[in-house]
Amino acid sequence: MADQDRTIHVPPRPSPWNDPKIRAIIYQIVLIAGVVALGVFLVSNTLTNLQQRQIRTGYGFLDQEAGFFIGETLIPYEAASSYGRAFLVGLLNTLKVSVIGVVLATILGTIIGIARLSQNWIVRRLSSAYVETLRNIPLLLHLFFWYAALTNLLPDTERAANLGLNIFLSKEGLRYPWPEVEPAHIWALTALPFGIAGAVAFSKWAHARQMKTGRQIPLLWPSLAIILGVPLVVWLVGGAPAQFEIPEKTNFGHDGGAAVTPEFMALILGLVTYTASFIAEIVRAGILAVSWGQSEAAGALGLRRGPTLRLVVLPQALRVIIPPMTSQFLNLTKNSSLAVAIGYPDLVSVANTTLNQTGQAIECISLIMAVYLTVSLSIAGAMNWYNRRIALVER
Amino acid sequence: MMFRHLVGAAVAAVFAVVGLSGAAQAGATLDAIKKKGFIQCGVNTGLAGFSVADSQGAWTGLDVDICKAIAAAVFGDANAVKYTPTNAQQRFTALTSGEVDILSRNTTWTLTRDASLGMMFTGVTYYDGQGFMVPKSAKIKSAKELKGATVCVQTGTTTELNLADFARANKLNIKPVVFESLEESKVAFFGGRCKAYTTDASGLASIRSKDAPNPDDYLILPELISKEPLGPAVRRDDVEWFTLVKWVLYALGEAEESGITSANVNEMKSSADPNIQRLLGALGDMGQKLGVDNAWAFNAIKQVGNYGEIFERNVGQKTPLHLARGLNATWKNGGLMYAMPVR
Repeated sequence: MADQDRTIHVPPRPSPWNDPKIRAIIYQIVLIAGVVALGVFLVSNTLTNLQQRQIRTGYGFLDQEAGFFIGETLIPYEAASSYGRAFLVGLLNTLKVSVIGVVLATILGTIIGIARLSQNWIVRRLSSAYVETLRNIPLLLHLFFWYAALTNLLPDTERAANLGLNIFLSKEGLRYPWPEVEPAHIWALTALPFGIAGAVAFSKWAHARQMKTGRQIPLLWPSLAIILGVPLVVWLVGGAPAQFEIPEKTNFGHDGGAAVTPEFMALILGLVTYTASFIAEIVRAGILAVSWGQSEAAGALGLRRGPTLRLVVLPQALRVIIPPMTSQFLNLTKNSSLAVAIGYPDLVSVANTTLNQTGQAIECISLIMAVYLTVSLSIAGAMNWYNRRIALVER
Repeated sequence: MMFRHLVGAAVAAVFAVVGLSGAAQAGATLDAIKKKGFIQCGVNTGLAGFSVADSQGAWTGLDVDICKAIAAAVFGDANAVKYTPTNAQQRFTALTSGEVDILSRNTTWTLTRDASLGMMFTGVTYYDGQGFMVPKSAKIKSAKELKGATVCVQTGTTTELNLADFARANKLNIKPVVFESLEESKVAFFGGRCKAYTTDASGLASIRSKDAPNPDDYLILPELISKEPLGPAVRRDDVEWFTLVKWVLYALGEAEESGITSANVNEMKSSADPNIQRLLGALGDMGQKLGVDNAWAFNAIKQVGNYGEIFERNVGQKTPLHLARGLNATWKNGGLMYAMPVR
């Protein structure tokens, strides 16, 4: 009582029901309980229903023999391999398309985006026409178009076109010589990261030197020389084996060497040309977002157009470009699941076959969902890290 | 279209998750069918001779006629059927989730499907086998010459597994190109992407008749690399429904064996043969034992015809498919169709 007298005025505590803090906590508890209850209901209901219909559940089937072939594989795979391995083959095929697609779409999109801002009237109009046409046609039609074009226009397998150097083009796709596996090749590949590390170190040194002396050292060619030179030296030390496996003629076209199938070509062409039209607009928007004053200031300092773009405009434009670009990379990866339409054995295609053979619909669909979620979150994570790195640092 | 299939599969999976618990709780499937007044029949999205819809939306085909015969047996009306076109992936989920009452969709009877997918096969309506089709210009006479060949396949069947088994057994390094939709697989094959196309022999005949630029340019190879007994399947929740479907199939076979057709069924009803009288409901209470009207077989035969009529009408020699009876002749004619006695 005495304590209360000392303070001047203490407002009466509101009843718990009217206390905003307690209310907020109660709402959260109710919401979480609701979500958990829904989850428990869905899972238990599914299990009850499956049991009632005497459908077996579980992921045990992943260890069983798959028994089917897959048209193109990055790792050794036989019909006797397990379903789990088949899934892995499908996943790698999806990643192959995604990685190559993202790289090519970024290059093509950047070129077209810059071309839309060109001083040259024809270049500007052509790239505008490209963007307006391609991004307004559904992707599935792109794929059907490219696939129909490739399967109909390419020469028959018996009359494969020889492009020289034992490279053959036919309805089977592109077949080309491939080095036979030698230890020296593996050593050279292992040396590649060291070459890249060397190039990074060189550019850091060149940068520090420029800061100190003001003298610029050309970067591009020496860096390339270091990246490629290190593996080359290792390969030469390893005895420079240059045995190629050359495609051989069989009853039905060619075998041996390495191949790019029409399915893969059509998928890459469709995904790249389609996604590039969106990336072009993002690049254009990013460049336009950098105020014209920056370019004028660079001009006033005596920088030419090239260095202005490279040193002043693009670094600032990237901050605008990266977040929407991330969405495009995610789109391209997810869109690659349309591959099943044109016969490319990606994750969805392999999962479909597995689903049909085992009847484990829920398990297969959940695996597809988990994989795409993981891949998408990884891409988003990496891009967000890069975005934070290049973000404007306030000083 | 691929997308629709994928979405369909996902929706079907969600259906299985959320569960049409009503299908199991509302009592037996047969009771539910009688109450709603029609049969929901799962068919193929389009396979000439087996199940195709015309421009009016009317379905025809061998698989469709089986559903019609069952509807005639239950309701006395062969048109009391509603059709649900299903693709290869949706079909089992559609059946087990209660979306359809019967799956009559050129589906192969295998142990895995019969034992672990919550369904039961009721019999065989077409004895088939997987074969190969090649362009005549390739000068291939036997499937064993397909060493290293590219083969177009549609996913969603046991086709891929059979192809791999055949290739492994004969050491043929076959390269499959697997398509989601039937349409794209046909486009790729007729465009020349693959040296061969593989599916059930009846399917090959159907595709050759309908989709080949010139049917005479394509050859179906003599080897059948698998046994594909095709037949309707039902859910495991109702033995009465299972038994009824099974016996309608036998009734259609029995009718052919006894020479009863849609044309002469009225006269046959007064036949002196007690076996025929029992089948057509003039004697005994066979229909009541199955839980339907005594005129069950009479109605099915009158409105749809016996098995032989159904076969000839949809896939026989006079149709574009030109399929011979072969294994699908009655046992009296050297085939495998043998109806259990109705008594």
